[in-house]
Amino acid sequence: MQRPEQRDEVEMLALMLLIRRFEERASQQYQAQKIGGFCHLYIGQEAVVVGAVAAARDDDYIITAYRDHGHALARGTSANACMAELFGKSTGCTLGLGGSMHFFDKQRHMYGGHAIVGAHVPLAAGLAFASKYREEDRVTLCFFGDGSINQGAFHEALNLIALYKLPVVLICENNLFAMGTSVKRSTSLKQIVDRAEGYDIPGDIVDGMNFREVRDKIAEVVTSMRKEPHPAFLEVRTYRYRGHSMSDPASYRTKDELEKYRLDDPILRLRAQLTREGKLTNEQFDELDKKAKQTVLESVKFAEESPELPVEDVYKYAFFYGGKS
Amino acid sequence: MREITYRQALNEALAEELARDPNVFLMGEEVAEYQGAYKVSQGLLEKFGPKRIIDTPISENGFAGLGIGAAMTGLRPIVEFMTFSFSLVAFDQVVNNAPNMLMMSGGQFNIPITFRGPNGPAHQLAATHSHATECLYANFPGLKICTPATPRDAKGLLKTAVRDDNPVLVLEAELLYSSKGMVEPPDEDLLIPLGEAEVKREGSDVSIICYAQTVPLALSVAAQLEEEDISAEIVDLRSIKPLDEQAIFNSVSKTHRVVIVEQDRPFCGVGAEVCYRIQKNIFDELDAPIIRVSQEDVPMPYNEKLEKFVLPNADKLLSAVKKVCYA
Repeated sequence: MQRPEQRDEVEMLALMLLIRRFEERASQQYQAQKIGGFCHLYIGQEAVVVGAVAAARDDDYIITAYRDHGHALARGTSANACMAELFGKSTGCTLGLGGSMHFFDKQRHMYGGHAIVGAHVPLAAGLAFASKYREEDRVTLCFFGDGSINQGAFHEALNLIALYKLPVVLICENNLFAMGTSVKRSTSLKQIVDRAEGYDIPGDIVDGMNFREVRDKIAEVVTSMRKEPHPAFLEVRTYRYRGHSMSDPASYRTKDELEKYRLDDPILRLRAQLTREGKLTNEQFDELDKKAKQTVLESVKFAEESPELPVEDVYKYAFFYGGKS
Repeated sequence: MREITYRQALNEALAEELARDPNVFLMGEEVAEYQGAYKVSQGLLEKFGPKRIIDTPISENGFAGLGIGAAMTGLRPIVEFMTFSFSLVAFDQVVNNAPNMLMMSGGQFNIPITFRGPNGPAHQLAATHSHATECLYANFPGLKICTPATPRDAKGLLKTAVRDDNPVLVLEAELLYSSKGMVEPPDEDLLIPLGEAEVKREGSDVSIICYAQTVPLALSVAAQLEEEDISAEIVDLRSIKPLDEQAIFNSVSKTHRVVIVEQDRPFCGVGAEVCYRIQKNIFDELDAPIIRVSQEDVPMPYNEKLEKFVLPNADKLLSAVKKVCYA
């Protein structure tokens, strides 16, 4: 089991680049109508999940909402399996049955990919409940957007998580907009982290454009909860560069706002940090980027050439072990 | 065999499964310290401790989801709804997360969870507390649904449900908790398969297809019909999903006349599906149109006389049987 402190920052930067390039290519393939349904891109938010994964153990549970491509990639699901899933192919991470919003990878403890806003937060409570029930020191990283925090399921889950002292890191990826509605127009709080206080859960605000800050803050709470199970709430402030989904031109925000965040790009920021410290040269960065682009390009080819499940296979996935209905 | 109540039968099933498998736990409102709103979980806290018998706040959506999450890791939660009328608060978890996970995850995650509790109209609980939810849940692929009507079926079906690798709803009959029946002794592992109907009474003139709270109703009506020389066969579905088509077809092929008596509503009720399958598969066996006896299509009134009018009752069932028998 790889310990968090061993995770190499250059590798983590490479992971962020992979997510960025994957999403850009997914966007292009969506426009080329190779990808159906809804498609929500993670561009701009890469430091959040990569920071979290860098701070956690590989056997910790992770679960998220529908903007989930980055979470699977960060956990090590291959670009091939992710792209093939978007293409609906049988080589996808859920055999082409879940699609963009429902990425799962049991082997890597990635528990979805959930598309009803807030409805996976109770599931996260259940994952952490299971760890505690089995007396394991695994924690659950539960990601959700700022749009989740006004859902009933979210509130019920937070109360249960606090009441039963469950080891869940509640990671609110606050990208300022729930679809087209800004936090200011949706939420009665001055700051989202105050939601935690209502449930007596310790909370903090984290700069989600700063990989190191995300990683260190999550490492700190995870270390504490492994000793004695308890929850923590982190409002991670981030920004998505694209619209809510591929069909959203994001006309509800200004170009200036977007530009402001682009200047604070999480990938460029980590790159600058590493370069300043002599841990990364420009050539090395270019090499990483080239490799990420190449991996993604190959994933498109892999997805295109992969087969679909035969139609009769749909009956295999209604009930486990078949069963008549 | 010995005689125990439906409530005791469920209690034994829970205790036996909890003792057999450490992955099983019971969770719900008032299940532990209060000993169960209907005393089904009486004594379990003392026997198994607070780690496995878990009181929840009134948060159906939250704890149903918690159970599903725990089931994703291989635990086998039994989630009690104080009544299935309250399960509607958790509808999204029960119909979206539990049965869809297997398909959505490409077969990686099955959900071995049991949702149980009283279902169907009880006595003067009015509109919000009288829902018969079987027809709602039956519409969602991936859920199994059983509706025990006797103590023996209650015990055998609940034990099977807990061992099933899929989400199973055990819809208990609120009015039958104190009813008694013969059940095998505890040292015999009583398991009744999901998807097997049972002929509760043999007959030759008409098939009365029923389940849950309408089973005792059908049996009492059959006794009355006997006095009028009409021999009724009582087919208890026991499971709504999977549905035991063959048992239905066998009985109908013998009697050629059918009345379906169900505790839910007429529009898209369970009987509508049963009716469709009979005419589709064995149309030529029918000697008369099928009649369904169900609730009236109105929200449940509180007033006792009005409630009786809305529910399926002996008079309605008697007259339906006579109509299909041209008697």
